[in-house]
Amino acid sequence: MSSLKVENLTVSIENKVVLRDVSFELQRGEILSIMGPNGSGKTSLALTIMGHPRYRVISGRILIDEEDITNLPPDERSLRGLFLAFQNPVEVRGIRLSTLIFSALNKRRGEKNLLKSDPQIIPLLMKNLRDVGLSNEHLQREVNLGFSGGEKKRSELLQALMLKPKFLILDEPDSGLDVDGIKITAEKIKELASQGTGIIIITHYARLLKYLSPREIIVIRDGKIVTRGGSELSYLIEEKGYEALNGDLNA
Amino acid sequence: MRESDINSLIANVPKWEELSELPTPKEIIVGGELRESVIRDISRIKKEPNWMLRLRLKAFEIWKKLPAPNWLLGVEDLNVEDLAHYVKPAVSTKNDFQSLPEKILEFYVSLGIPESEAKYLSGLAGVLDSETILIRIKEWLKKKNVIFMETEEAVKKYPDLVKRYFSKIYPMADHKFAALHYALWSGGAFVYVPPNVKITQPIEAFFMISSSLESQYEHTMVIADENSYIHFIEGCAAPMFPKYSFHDGAVEVYVHRKAHVRFTTIQNWSKRIINFNNKRSVVEEDGYVEWLEGGIGARVSYVYPSAVLRGRNAKASILAVSIANGPYIKDSGAKVYHLAPNTKSEVIAKSISSNGGLTVYRGLIYMAKGAKNATSHVQCDSLLLDNKSRSVTIPHNQVLENSADVTHEATAGRISEDALFYLQSRGLSEDESKSLIVLGFMHDLIKELPFEMANILNTVVQLEFSKIGGVG
Repeated sequence: MSSLKVENLTVSIENKVVLRDVSFELQRGEILSIMGPNGSGKTSLALTIMGHPRYRVISGRILIDEEDITNLPPDERSLRGLFLAFQNPVEVRGIRLSTLIFSALNKRRGEKNLLKSDPQIIPLLMKNLRDVGLSNEHLQREVNLGFSGGEKKRSELLQALMLKPKFLILDEPDSGLDVDGIKITAEKIKELASQGTGIIIITHYARLLKYLSPREIIVIRDGKIVTRGGSELSYLIEEKGYEALNGDLNA
Repeated sequence: MRESDINSLIANVPKWEELSELPTPKEIIVGGELRESVIRDISRIKKEPNWMLRLRLKAFEIWKKLPAPNWLLGVEDLNVEDLAHYVKPAVSTKNDFQSLPEKILEFYVSLGIPESEAKYLSGLAGVLDSETILIRIKEWLKKKNVIFMETEEAVKKYPDLVKRYFSKIYPMADHKFAALHYALWSGGAFVYVPPNVKITQPIEAFFMISSSLESQYEHTMVIADENSYIHFIEGCAAPMFPKYSFHDGAVEVYVHRKAHVRFTTIQNWSKRIINFNNKRSVVEEDGYVEWLEGGIGARVSYVYPSAVLRGRNAKASILAVSIANGPYIKDSGAKVYHLAPNTKSEVIAKSISSNGGLTVYRGLIYMAKGAKNATSHVQCDSLLLDNKSRSVTIPHNQVLENSADVTHEATAGRISEDALFYLQSRGLSEDESKSLIVLGFMHDLIKELPFEMANILNTVVQLEFSKIGGVG
């Protein structure tokens, strides 16, 4: 069975431990949500799974389809089917969004000339572009340069749709988006899941989860998993906040 | 060129970085201690007129007197007396590819030169070691009385024309190596464009140095008469031979009234070349000079395209992009002298330092008294790919005219770990990500290049960054 596994992951950044003994498993086509208050380690988890060089894995493993990817560089992880839609994607000067998308696709097809633009891809690109609510003009702009918060999120989603990953991690995909944007995002996530992408939604708020009903919700705090459960957990958090869970745990 | 052209480029990798020497037959080699007799020998071999010999000897005297520039870095092991001063390759005729030495022809073919000559160029000159070995020109240019020949031939055939400009644009006393250039100059191309002739397809000169411990002192001249246009392209290459060689060329450009000259250089010497390229233009009223300079190769490189704007409304644009990838130094910049009212200049200098490289921008903007309402804008952007690499900006402005306007902007950026991570998270390797960032940074230059030059540049950049860490 194709899966993304995180086993007993303990991670530090600049000698500070940010994740402790985190484990979960995600099958393709499933939706999972990781929730937690600000600063709980959600983004650290996403960046560690993607292989950010500043995060050091002290113990534990990350596996895709039973292959240990813990020590692979980010590009190798990407080529094995992992995709991270960033919470705050950086601006990359000098590279147009279209160039990035073509290069990433060319790399996957073993095309040597990364800059080649295959005309056969263009109809799909245009469709996805429209679907996520961006225009041709965004494609011609440098990656994320001068994009609004919402445009950045839409661009991340567009890239995910074009690359069709096996496992997609979305870090706060709804922040900066209006109601329409949130709806589109939810629809596209469902669409990808139905086509076999395993999805991790990292979110502080429950609002996006209403549309998605994830199989499992994992709540982390101070880098540790404090509780896990079904969709009902997100309603509890929405109504009573993370403090309620604390009470629950302490009880 | 268009974006779609850039996107459709296919990497056709030239192999010179792997070669140690290019075995080519040589007819004459002049070396040894640099004495007056050496200069007389070269002059005699060339059967040149006496005035040129006297010019050489005068330059030689200046060379002896001038001190070595004290700001030069990275040329400590340069000793011109260790070098062959003049190397004449054995070549029979000069107007067809088939007469080229076999290895050189193979090389030209691998770079697509014969093909681009057929498709895009109005003329082509090939310089190997100290001599011009190939000169080709399209028939219609001859009919329009365009002169395009090796510089030596022009010295003999058009002495009055050559004398008006030779060493008048780039002065021999500018610095020690300029004087040396004039004492030993050999090879190069001479172009004269008559009034009102517009040469829409470029003329290219391609320079090669085939082995270690050689020097190349070619002299290229472009004279654009009134209301004419020409785009001249220079390309340079050398194999990775065991020791260094020295390139000390000069380019003199004269832009007459209302003429427009665009001069493009793609310098891709191997990492064995110490490169000086002395470039200057003089621009008359309503004339326009453009210097486009892509400095990729060479161990150490010193290049400052310059423009003397001597007529009203004369204009200069200088775009210089340099890459120092590895323990190499690229010292470049631009100099513009505004001597007349309403003259205008724009300088864009972009540098990329990687893997311990050092890039230096050295620039001068001079506004003479009386250069009323002259304007100049200088933009320097440097990009550092890692923590080992450095970049230095040394702009110098001398403004003697109150109504003149000089602005300078500089940005320095390091490729952030996060930007690299972002690209890698999309499946591109670290090297691929870096070369994409570099190509993006160089876009201003690439978009101005004709197709085949952009092709070469793209390939070179991708190659350059595919071997990061293994720089030889």
